[in-house]
Amino acid sequence: MEIIQIVGISLVAAVMVVLLRDDRPEIALQISIIAGAIVFLLMLNKIASALNVLQDMAQKANIDFIYLNTILKIVGIAYVAEFGAQICRDSGSSSLAAKIEFAAKIIIMLLSIPILMAVLELLLKILP
Amino acid sequence: MDVDVLFKIAGIGIVISILSKVLDEAGRKEQAQMTTLVGVVIVLMMVIQLISRLFDNVKSMFHLY
Repeated sequence: MEIIQIVGISLVAAVMVVLLRDDRPEIALQISIIAGAIVFLLMLNKIASALNVLQDMAQKANIDFIYLNTILKIVGIAYVAEFGAQICRDSGSSSLAAKIEFAAKIIIMLLSIPILMAVLELLLKILP
Repeated sequence: MDVDVLFKIAGIGIVISILSKVLDEAGRKEQAQMTTLVGVVIVLMMVIQLISRLFDNVKSMFHLY
């Protein structure tokens, strides 16, 4: 079962981080980065199959591909931003983490503007 | 498997820690600092490799090109 592997890897990494934190905090930070990257790489196949199922359903429901694509991009941006922000917070640079989150918010807002415009136009068409 | 990287980095970290302390005690502080720096750079190379692989996968999966 993969969850046991993942919990095992994370626990071992946490122990090593605690071991090295006082002496070599830079190495401890990099261990936590690597552990997070390994866990995500392990989950990659499952995420890919879930996304394929979503895409098939969207195709069958005749939803324009661009909507699902935008949602996918936003989820991806949110994930990467959270990964980076948590690592920065772990290492004590919570101001950097706030900047990363701010940048992610701006990018997501920019990505969702076309969809907002489409919804507004639809509303204006409906209203007399 | 990817998990080996984790142990390698922890191993390098411990070795650097010990080397640095030994050099410190022997009086060579600059060499201790330099070995620390070298160790951090080596670990950074490994981290950057894995992170770039991770981000390539994320980019291709979420269509973030």
